[in-house]
Amino acid sequence: MNVLSEWAFIGVFFVLAPILPAVPILLGGVLSPKKPNAIKQATYECGVETVGDTWVQFKVQYYIYGLVFLIFDVEMVFLFPWAVAYGQLDFFAFAAGVLFIFLLSDALVYAWKKNALEWA
Amino acid sequence: MTFGDFTPEAFAFGFFTILTLGGAFGVVGSRNLVRSAVWLMVSLFGIAGFFVLLSAPFLAAVQVLVYIGAIGILITFAIMLTRSMTNLKERFNKQWWLAALAALTAFLLLMVTVIVPTWGEMGAEEIPPTVASTAQLGEAFFSGWGYVLPLEVASLLLTAAMIGAIVIAREDD
Amino acid sequence: MECRDIINTFAPCLSDTLGVSTDLANFLSITLGVLIVATFPLLVTILLIWVERKFAARVQDRIGPNRVGPFGLFQPFADVIKLLGKEDITPAGADKWIYNASPVVMVMAVLLIWAVIPLTPVHVGVDLEIGALYFVAVASIGTLSVIMAGWASNNKYALLGSFRVVAQLISYEVPLALALLVPVMLAGSMSMVGIVEAQTGMWFVFMVPVSAFLFFISSQAETGRAPFDLLEAESELVAGFNIEYSGMKFAMFFAGEFMHVFTNGVLMAVLFTGGYIGPFVDQIPLLGLVYLLAKASIWYLLSLLMRNALPRVRIDQLMLFNWLFLVPVSIINLILVAFLMFVIRELGLQPDDPRDFVQNIPQTVVLLLGNVALLIGTLTVIRNRFRAERLAEQSTMLPAQAGD
Repeated sequence: MNVLSEWAFIGVFFVLAPILPAVPILLGGVLSPKKPNAIKQATYECGVETVGDTWVQFKVQYYIYGLVFLIFDVEMVFLFPWAVAYGQLDFFAFAAGVLFIFLLSDALVYAWKKNALEWA
Repeated sequence: MTFGDFTPEAFAFGFFTILTLGGAFGVVGSRNLVRSAVWLMVSLFGIAGFFVLLSAPFLAAVQVLVYIGAIGILITFAIMLTRSMTNLKERFNKQWWLAALAALTAFLLLMVTVIVPTWGEMGAEEIPPTVASTAQLGEAFFSGWGYVLPLEVASLLLTAAMIGAIVIAREDD
Repeated sequence: MECRDIINTFAPCLSDTLGVSTDLANFLSITLGVLIVATFPLLVTILLIWVERKFAARVQDRIGPNRVGPFGLFQPFADVIKLLGKEDITPAGADKWIYNASPVVMVMAVLLIWAVIPLTPVHVGVDLEIGALYFVAVASIGTLSVIMAGWASNNKYALLGSFRVVAQLISYEVPLALALLVPVMLAGSMSMVGIVEAQTGMWFVFMVPVSAFLFFISSQAETGRAPFDLLEAESELVAGFNIEYSGMKFAMFFAGEFMHVFTNGVLMAVLFTGGYIGPFVDQIPLLGLVYLLAKASIWYLLSLLMRNALPRVRIDQLMLFNWLFLVPVSIINLILVAFLMFVIRELGLQPDDPRDFVQNIPQTVVLLLGNVALLIGTLTVIRNRFRAERLAEQSTMLPAQAGD
């Protein structure tokens, strides 16, 4: 119950946080002039019309960054409890944590060697 | 259920249910894949709320961090990689009834598992009253008596996943 | 600012005076607390606009805003009034829902961080047990808003810009979180209050300066400020992911950025320089807020200086810097601190009373020496690498000069 009452604060925060920036936007929407026309609403691309579809295909490089990030994210999830409990842990747990980090760093080293992390 | 039972928890539960299910309907209902991805984030956010209600705030934060922060981005990148899918306007799938049948079967099986106590019933008093702290979680993960071996295997699995992805993505060498 | 003590006493009082149920009074007091905590950074942001412009002007040998009010202090209000009157243009073909939601999500992601920041010893939004993880999780929502903005604008520059930014943001989140693990480890707690209280004897910045450096650099990159302002990169991408936004929505992106920079300063203060800790805080809790803001301002000014003094890096250099320098160093740093903490415990150097300054000195010296060794080692590796590169470059150039 105590945990929940703490999170009630976060819950209310999550509901109110979008409202605070939305209010000035809505206020601006009320106050500002509205005279749309086709030229004004055209996509700005240095004054030139868009050629082809906007949503073009992207290179695979981005996906690799996303994947490496995901792997490290999951690693962090395990390391946070390790860091919190560290004061009460023995040498075995220290070694286990280091092994865990090393195994994942292997993947990072592999990615370097393949130049997968370079912006090509 | 009377009006007196309408506690803040029940209200929050209803709210997160709407988020989760509404988000899920948005995912299947959107014609545009990126919109589906955004709806998926809404749905996953609702699930994070359920974790909080179940007194597992650590899992809630992990849900937001990994699923919204990382997998959401990854899904968007994946959508952008496949050119033809980004701006799909019409339905091309003629086997929707097959998909509906599969989804319905899975749903019914899940309901059966939930309602019929296959693994024995668990009373409310059997649930430990204290909520495990993050420190206890860390000890369980990294101590000799705990789950060290699964943890290291998991890290090996992650490494293998990343190397595999790099090998597949970089066909040139 | 709202405190749990006030909530505990405030809500019953409220239910008495207004004659409403305790549940409703609790809800009202929580809502009031949230409003105060969330409005505070927004109000600070208005002042920051002036500070930012004045500071940039001074660096560039200009005077900066000086017409509206004393020292131009009311300039931000004039800006806001002007922005309110700007026409709000939605580009044709934009995905309206996502287009409008994006600036809101951007500001929201930064605001949410303030929920766990301890402002004074007794005034905390809420002291979550998983505060640090909550911060990392909430900050990652901001990345989503960038993708939403870039995709919904129906503009190739915006989409290109947003994808670059997202690649940058997610890359720099790795060293950010790895550096964050170190204060968590030192404090043995993820709660922000726990981390601040653990620094009563000694600030973490003296124990683990390398982590503070890593956190500072990667949080600067997270805000997308120069030298990491690839998301704007006027010369390459016109203006990046928010190119199609105008009026108040554009202002919200900027407010989010300004607030993010200051929030990073506050986080640096909380995580590494002792947050609200200072003399006489126990007697007058509100003094803690002054200390916190003072410490945060120093970090904030440092990041302003960094923004104004350093040129922009190239996108490939940006990625190389992260994956070849920040991430490996933060991994080694984490293992090093873990090892040194073990050594300290085995040698019995840890203080009997963690709140005592003098008793903290032995472990601080050990950790500091380790950090200095790490720093020297890193610099040596970098020097050798770039010297080899330079020599290789020279050797390819020299024969050409001799032969001709």
